[in-house]
Amino acid sequence: MKDIQLTIDHKTIQVPEGTTVLEAAKKVAVNIPHLCYHPDQEIKANCRICVVEVKGSRKLSAACSTRVWEGMEVLTNTRKVRDMQRGILELMLANHNQDCLKCHRNGNCELQDLCERFNISRTHLEDAVDALPLDNTNPSLVRDSSKCIKCGRCVEACQNVQEVHVLTHSHRSTRFNIAPAYEMPLEDTLCVFCGQCAAVCPTGAIVEKDDTDLVWEAIEDPSKHVIVQVAPAVRVALGDAFGLPKGEIVTGKTVAALRRLGFDQVFDTNFTADLTIMEESHELLSRLSQLSKGEKPVLPMVTSCSPGWINYIEGVYDDLLDHLSTCKSPQQMFGALSKTYYAELKGLAPSDIFTVSVMPCTAKKYEAARPEMTSGGVREVDAVLTTRELARMIGSAGIEFAEIEEETFDTPFGIGSGAGAIFGATGGVTEAALRTAYEVVTGEELLSLEFKEVRGLEGIKEAEVAIGDEVVLRVAVANGLSNAKTLMLQIRRGESPYHFIEIMACPGGCLGGGGQPIRSTNDVREKRMDALYKIDEAQPIRKSHKNPDVLKLYETWLGEPLGHKSHELLHTHYHSRGK
Amino acid sequence: MNAYVTNTSNTHQGSDSLYKPAHTTILTPELMVQIDSILERFAKDPTRLVGMLLDIQDITPKQYLPKEIAVYVGEKLDLPLSRVYDVISFYEALSDVPRADIVIQFCDSVVCKVVGSRRLKEALEGILDIKTGETTKDGKYHLEAAPCFGACDISPAIRVNGVVYGPLKTEEDVRDALARYEKGGEARA
Repeated sequence: MKDIQLTIDHKTIQVPEGTTVLEAAKKVAVNIPHLCYHPDQEIKANCRICVVEVKGSRKLSAACSTRVWEGMEVLTNTRKVRDMQRGILELMLANHNQDCLKCHRNGNCELQDLCERFNISRTHLEDAVDALPLDNTNPSLVRDSSKCIKCGRCVEACQNVQEVHVLTHSHRSTRFNIAPAYEMPLEDTLCVFCGQCAAVCPTGAIVEKDDTDLVWEAIEDPSKHVIVQVAPAVRVALGDAFGLPKGEIVTGKTVAALRRLGFDQVFDTNFTADLTIMEESHELLSRLSQLSKGEKPVLPMVTSCSPGWINYIEGVYDDLLDHLSTCKSPQQMFGALSKTYYAELKGLAPSDIFTVSVMPCTAKKYEAARPEMTSGGVREVDAVLTTRELARMIGSAGIEFAEIEEETFDTPFGIGSGAGAIFGATGGVTEAALRTAYEVVTGEELLSLEFKEVRGLEGIKEAEVAIGDEVVLRVAVANGLSNAKTLMLQIRRGESPYHFIEIMACPGGCLGGGGQPIRSTNDVREKRMDALYKIDEAQPIRKSHKNPDVLKLYETWLGEPLGHKSHELLHTHYHSRGK
Repeated sequence: MNAYVTNTSNTHQGSDSLYKPAHTTILTPELMVQIDSILERFAKDPTRLVGMLLDIQDITPKQYLPKEIAVYVGEKLDLPLSRVYDVISFYEALSDVPRADIVIQFCDSVVCKVVGSRRLKEALEGILDIKTGETTKDGKYHLEAAPCFGACDISPAIRVNGVVYGPLKTEEDVRDALARYEKGGEARA
């Protein structure tokens, strides 16, 4: 591709052909204001705040959608440009519910940042905030259209990234809005609650449902034994919220902060990720052994740990539910054990234990609230906090997260293998399952632990793995629901060549989840991914079936993988969301 | 399959029971047959969605496109409900809320405006005792403004369920036009 020479604010630069003015300006250290532009999304050019002057053109041009040309002269900071940008911002503010101090996005809002930049606190325009009713009746997300600036990022995430097709533009002119069809609340639609809309919203128009009060109340209740589990992807993202470098591993600090918040015990979801692998790989092997006996098991077997994915398949591909592994997710396996095994161990009534989980995910809130997710007669997971909510609690407790001394997880759910850790990245479950399946089948030690073909941010990855001399296992890994669709249509047409498919609803897997700190762009996702593989490499135990506490759990209490107790506690069933 | 509505909504109960008449109030088996033939006439071509929706709206009681019909059309054309709704809500000529047995539109584009569509509007609001955009209590008449429907030669004009009347200069003219429609839809001046 050839280079183009142009000037931006009188500085001459060269950029590749096809670069937009907005991207080119970054090269001369100019940040052109933007709202609808998002580095990982298609160009929308509808907010118009990125206008610049281009010599020879009478009108201002949108920097996000204007490509550079040879000899172009761009001015980003003239009176004309500033007045226009300010005017656009004032129009947005006039139609924006400015309860900024009470807003979840206070201090982390792109609209607020621009107001600061343009020194606007009030507009001389008359406020005209007309909004649809607040949509807060589902367990995961809250949509407040009074804060929506109609940039369309959420629509892009919902329609094109995830292809869930729930959020849409509707109406025109002053009635123009962003909502589901017929302005239905999300719970009446096939929303999967992945939260990718919330993750890209520049303002507070779509946020996670806040459960921090629920958790504070439990912590303050002396009759409750409050325990918490931390998902693998949280420990490589929480630092973002406190200004630490992106992708920094903060496991020990997270544990310490949770103790300071007042949790009685702090556990690791990696432990139940290992448990999931034990159950799931045995489930796969049992389907494969049926195959070798000439029977017709349902294959490919598809993973079930991503609750956004489960919501999607139950809504859209409900004819393929038999392909799902019956394993509960690590979150729910933890919840089930906490109200049974752990309750017995501690001599506590299940109802006296309050189980919290910290997840990178908004759909986990929905999963925990499913009626079938009960064990010991009570709800398995009582409250789910997203990474963002945990950051909020740590902040309000006055804990200096960056400074806090590292601590380690409590027993008996404190040991997680490297295989458990990589659950947080797309391809991680597959890699973890392969490590265990290989050794269970062959009885030999797996020498090369790393399955690099299934790593990385690519939408669909595939691999063939020889297990022993006879079996060649064909696996596929998809992240992002639009990629899941491709693999599901293949199954429906009877053309799927795979034995095992891993699907994570969110781009990049859990590390790119809808509950992670805001501004999780693909660059940030890559850093988190590297960090998770670093955690794996540093673990003395890197295979789920070598986790001593998992083995002890089977020996002393659970029996065999896929055994009676496992089936009762660690497996579930699925149903069509239409029925 | 492909149902974009789950069990918490009032009329839709599940993917394969979604269209069963027992669960719906508007989408009767007869209407379904009529809709199917409209879709066939447009060769189920999604790029001709607006034309299909206009024709379907005309045969739907209260002349609008309720959710259950949008779901039905979306499934037949393999389009997400949200896309169908985007189109319905974008065009003034399509309504996502119930209108009435008789929809009265007055033109508010330039020519009619110049020759006095405001008086026409006021006359209609007076006769029907509703404001523009509203429906009479008995559900019989709905009044709305419409962009030019090509009757500039007889402006100011109204359109009653698709039948055009004009020029209507006085309240008497308006009453007369409505009476003529009721008698059998004789058009024009």
